[in-house]
Amino acid sequence: MDIIITGLLLGGTYALIATGLNLQYGVARIMNLANGEMLVVGGFTAFALYTGAGISPVLTLFIVAPIAYALNWAIYRVMLRPLVKRAKSRGMLEQESILTTFGLSFTMVGLMLWIFGGSYFKYSFLARPFVLFGDNYGLNRIVAFLCAVIICGVLYLWLNHSRAGMAIRAVAVSPESARLVGIDVPKLSAHAFAIGGAVTAMGGAVISTFLTLDASTGVIFTMKALIIVIMGGVGDIRGTIIAALILGVGETLVASLINPGLTLAAAYGMFILILLFRPQGLFGRKPT
Amino acid sequence: MKRRTALKAAVAASAIVWAGAAFAADPIIVGAVAPKTGGLAGGSVVTHWPNIQLWAGEVNARGGLNVGGEMRLVEVIEYDDQTNPAETIKAITRLATQDNADIILAPYSTGLNIAAAPIMDKLGFPQITSTAATDQVGELSKQFPNMYFLLGSSSALANGAVNVMAEMRDKGEIGSRIAMVNVADAFGIELAAVAKPSFEAAGFEIVYETSYPLGTQDLSPIMKAAKAAEPDAFVAWSYPPDTFGLTEQAMIEDLNVKVFYTAVATAFPAYSAVFGPAAEGVMGIGGVNNGSADFLDYAARHEAATGQKPDYWASGMMYASLQILEQSIEASGTLDMAVINQYIKDHSFETVMGTIDFDENNNNASYWTVGQWQGGEFRGIASTGRDGAVAPVLKNGWK
Repeated sequence: MDIIITGLLLGGTYALIATGLNLQYGVARIMNLANGEMLVVGGFTAFALYTGAGISPVLTLFIVAPIAYALNWAIYRVMLRPLVKRAKSRGMLEQESILTTFGLSFTMVGLMLWIFGGSYFKYSFLARPFVLFGDNYGLNRIVAFLCAVIICGVLYLWLNHSRAGMAIRAVAVSPESARLVGIDVPKLSAHAFAIGGAVTAMGGAVISTFLTLDASTGVIFTMKALIIVIMGGVGDIRGTIIAALILGVGETLVASLINPGLTLAAAYGMFILILLFRPQGLFGRKPT
Repeated sequence: MKRRTALKAAVAASAIVWAGAAFAADPIIVGAVAPKTGGLAGGSVVTHWPNIQLWAGEVNARGGLNVGGEMRLVEVIEYDDQTNPAETIKAITRLATQDNADIILAPYSTGLNIAAAPIMDKLGFPQITSTAATDQVGELSKQFPNMYFLLGSSSALANGAVNVMAEMRDKGEIGSRIAMVNVADAFGIELAAVAKPSFEAAGFEIVYETSYPLGTQDLSPIMKAAKAAEPDAFVAWSYPPDTFGLTEQAMIEDLNVKVFYTAVATAFPAYSAVFGPAAEGVMGIGGVNNGSADFLDYAARHEAATGQKPDYWASGMMYASLQILEQSIEASGTLDMAVINQYIKDHSFETVMGTIDFDENNNNASYWTVGQWQGGEFRGIASTGRDGAVAPVLKNGWK
């Protein structure tokens, strides 16, 4: 029982890491390799506000989200829109956006070093035991899980039960056809990219309550997010959430029952299995 | 990345203050290579870089180094090696050939120092390592006669911890059940490999043992399993992110042990800043003599000059390595590295960490191995011949 709960808590964390990237890749078609850096920016903001002004990381979410939205919208308009315009095919856009965002990740690491320095950022927030069915869990992880549930839940409802959400899903499925029915694809893509960035930065703020971050750690999160998005299926939030939970529970099962040294192997093992038997991801559509 | 302009400005400013002899002489070019980005940046910005800033500032405020009667300012050229050994070697080569550095400082960490040893040896610069802990001191100093070691051997660091616990057990303060984990990286694997047979030889029973990959995001399965094994002592050969992570999990699981030991970063001031009173009684690798006036004075100057406290392990050794260079240059009155190297081998040095005298393997034989947070300070509790050790206390809960 405690393995399942620990795994679900970890899965919630992973969902926070990956959901934003799924929006950016699934809708805006930008494979954003600077995703992890955006997450670290969110974490650093939470750190600075908590240690400097005593503002709870949960409240920080409401500060981080609009700022990250604006920042990502600007990144999309300035850096990525020209690529989208000149790209002749989806493959070409992916290739160029990978290179551009790879460069962006270095720029962001450099900026964070300049502003925050290179040392480790860690603070203690709700590092208290929370008893559930007789076992102890970190209260900060429980809070993070609840944040993940709320953020992913709101996103899911919005995407599936609102007009704007439907338009975004339409762009995810087929940008060309979406244009034909009067959807402003460039505007929505920018919107989706910015929301994705905001979700990632909020994830970072939540994660910073229990993980130690430094300016160079972003790449670890980018890798995890990539695995989860590809496992879950590009452009589908449900897939990302379920893949994140599977990964969390799977890693915890292996760590608890076999050996903690094998968690990475387990994660990539699951990744390979899914690529072999369902290359489009759990909820992805088969390419027609 | 090169940060020459700011330092040039500083040099120029002090040159105006110290007009006269200093004006005439060229500055001494000091080359520094260490991580500012990459996996080890979080450690080097605590331990390595601030000391260079402090030392260069102090030397220039005094009017520079006295080289054969001439006062010469120091100008530091810094390169980021991105925690990549190939970049370390490239940067050292560049410092020697393009920047015409008069001195090149030893880089940061065990791995990067070993990677840099051949090129440093070829260029003839003394490589006074202050952040390298290895069991290959003998082989390395034989192969690279100008490589010096301040931090000690990994065996002694691991055995220091084993001995502290063995003494506590012999006094009846703790039982003999040990839970031991390590990060699956060269450092963690090497120390765990030394500690395991030592614990067993000392009559301890290892009731839980595992390793975990670097960057593990959830350490709770490890702490749950360790707790289930009901150990009397918990030992982790850990790196900074997992040192913080394991401590936090121990608090959450309310791990009830009499000894809680984590390795790298336990001696960082940030450790007590994060955990507050819960850090009390935690043991870690390293240590300093908090009773030494020299160290306290150094710590105060470090904080005043860089805005951050030194760590309680390798920071002082890093500064000591700069003091050794400074004393060798001033006493021998030259920048001829062959003369400097001979001087380092032949003499002993008074530093903020006490007297340092290299043995025939270029090894500093007396260093701190174990420290413990006591009363908000990380105090040395075991060493291989340093003065000022305090008695260990039992870990008493996490409140």
